[in-house]
Amino acid sequence: MAEVDEPGKPLFAGLSDVSISEDIPVEGDISVPVGSQNVDDVFSTLDEPVKDTILRDLRAVGKKFIHVMYPKQSSALLRDWDLWGPLLLCVTLALMLQGGSADSKEDGGPQFAEVFVIIWFGSVIITLNSKLLGGTISFFQSLCVLGYCILPLTVAMVVCRLVLLGFTGTISFIIRLIVVTASFSWSVFASTAFLADSQPANRKALVVYPIFLFYFVIGWMVLTFSPSQ
Amino acid sequence: MSASEGNKNTEPWGGFDDNLIQGTGSAVIDMENMDDTSGSSFEDMGEMHQRMKEEEEVTAEAAATEEDNGNDGEFLGMKGLKGQLGRQVADEVWQAGKRQASKAFNLYANIDILRPYFDVEPVQVRNRLIESMIPIRMINFPQKIAGELYGPLMLVFTLVAILLHGMKTSGTVIREGTLMGTAIGTCFGYWLGVSSFIYFLAYLCNAQITMLQMLSLLGYGLFSHCLILFITYNVHFHSLFYILWLVIGGLSTLRMVAVLISRTVGQTPRLILCGTIAALHMLFLLYLHFAYHKIIEGILDTLEGPNAPPIQRVARDLPSIVNVVNATVKSLAAAAMNSQ
Repeated sequence: MAEVDEPGKPLFAGLSDVSISEDIPVEGDISVPVGSQNVDDVFSTLDEPVKDTILRDLRAVGKKFIHVMYPKQSSALLRDWDLWGPLLLCVTLALMLQGGSADSKEDGGPQFAEVFVIIWFGSVIITLNSKLLGGTISFFQSLCVLGYCILPLTVAMVVCRLVLLGFTGTISFIIRLIVVTASFSWSVFASTAFLADSQPANRKALVVYPIFLFYFVIGWMVLTFSPSQ
Repeated sequence: MSASEGNKNTEPWGGFDDNLIQGTGSAVIDMENMDDTSGSSFEDMGEMHQRMKEEEEVTAEAAATEEDNGNDGEFLGMKGLKGQLGRQVADEVWQAGKRQASKAFNLYANIDILRPYFDVEPVQVRNRLIESMIPIRMINFPQKIAGELYGPLMLVFTLVAILLHGMKTSGTVIREGTLMGTAIGTCFGYWLGVSSFIYFLAYLCNAQITMLQMLSLLGYGLFSHCLILFITYNVHFHSLFYILWLVIGGLSTLRMVAVLISRTVGQTPRLILCGTIAALHMLFLLYLHFAYHKIIEGILDTLEGPNAPPIQRVARDLPSIVNVVNATVKSLAAAAMNSQ
């Protein structure tokens, strides 16, 4: 708290109407509390129950999901990035794509790993590309945005599985094609809404193109999924 | 100690440190770019940046530990001194380890090394894509090749995507895992492997071309492959494919050949180099269109034999020549298996 002490006030009373700041002596000590420097306070979240931590993280993830589904020009996704959401989405997508091989002997193994590797290495390559083109976004922020924007394709995967349960043949293919195309364009649009701002204006197309390819490949995997009989 | 050295520098970009001039800690000493701050000597810039950051951190740490010293020392007395000592040692070890790790990281994982190869505008990329189909006429002096990696990298990924799309429209439903892996492996293997091979040949034939330029040239040559495959995977006419193969593939090959000829002297070296690149370029396209899913099917069919095939295929109408090719490969594979 600042204390302004003017011991010579009666002396300068006559000059009070003249606003010359250097004539008025200001004394006292200004001590701003830097906050209790005890190191333990920084880790106070260690003492809370696990349920609180999980719920807080889930709420943060859920809030980011909403940001992806309604992409506005907000920086919430970039400011506090986290990789929980992308991990959840990636694992969900990889699990749902798992039952699609016609050979039940080698079910699961290669497909889960392939989807996982493609998503994460694709994101890393796109991030490196945008950084090399002169982007101002950090590595993990970009990974976070790309991972969260897989959400529409995961939703499309769920819808496709339901459609495959109900319909067969050309109709199901057309429905699935429409759904996957819509969600793929939503993903590209959402991720460019977040990522394109960090690029210089004339290079946005160079950054958007690999994102387009990335979601195209994932959308292709979703579309060509056919469950084993 | 580094803090006191830093105080001597008056320029905002750090000035000439002794360490900088001697190049300590830098794997590559780029002498000619010492005073060029436009970013071309990346290791030095990274080193300077890292040192400036460290100086700030060290002064901040010193200020923080001074406060802690004052508070804890007089409050906790003797025990406080020991705790203080332990904490300081731990801090020093942590700082030293962090400094080593970040130095190593800045040295070897510095992606800034690749930054100048990605310095392009969309207009430039578009122009280079179009130019890759136009053969040049002047072969008397070396033609300029743009040394960038963005265009070729994106073309390789596009080729992968088109191959995957082609698998779907041709009706083959193979296990997705192996399909993706083979597509990426094929395209990247072609780009990197054939570039290295032609660069090696160019070294033998005394051609004036660097590895980067070779990668760039071959990468842009993949544009014709992408176009042709995209068209023919959607329009299933084999005669159309042959025409496109000759015309578009030929144009792109002629461009690469002309550029290489302009950079080589002597008839025989030119012949070797250009013949090799023309052959590999055209044959790769043939392989991608026909063999990538046809011969693989044939081989799998032969190898798996009486077992129930795990792959479900929808047969296409094949012209007789492809039937002949398929039958030849099948008989060859069967003969190979019988002779083993």
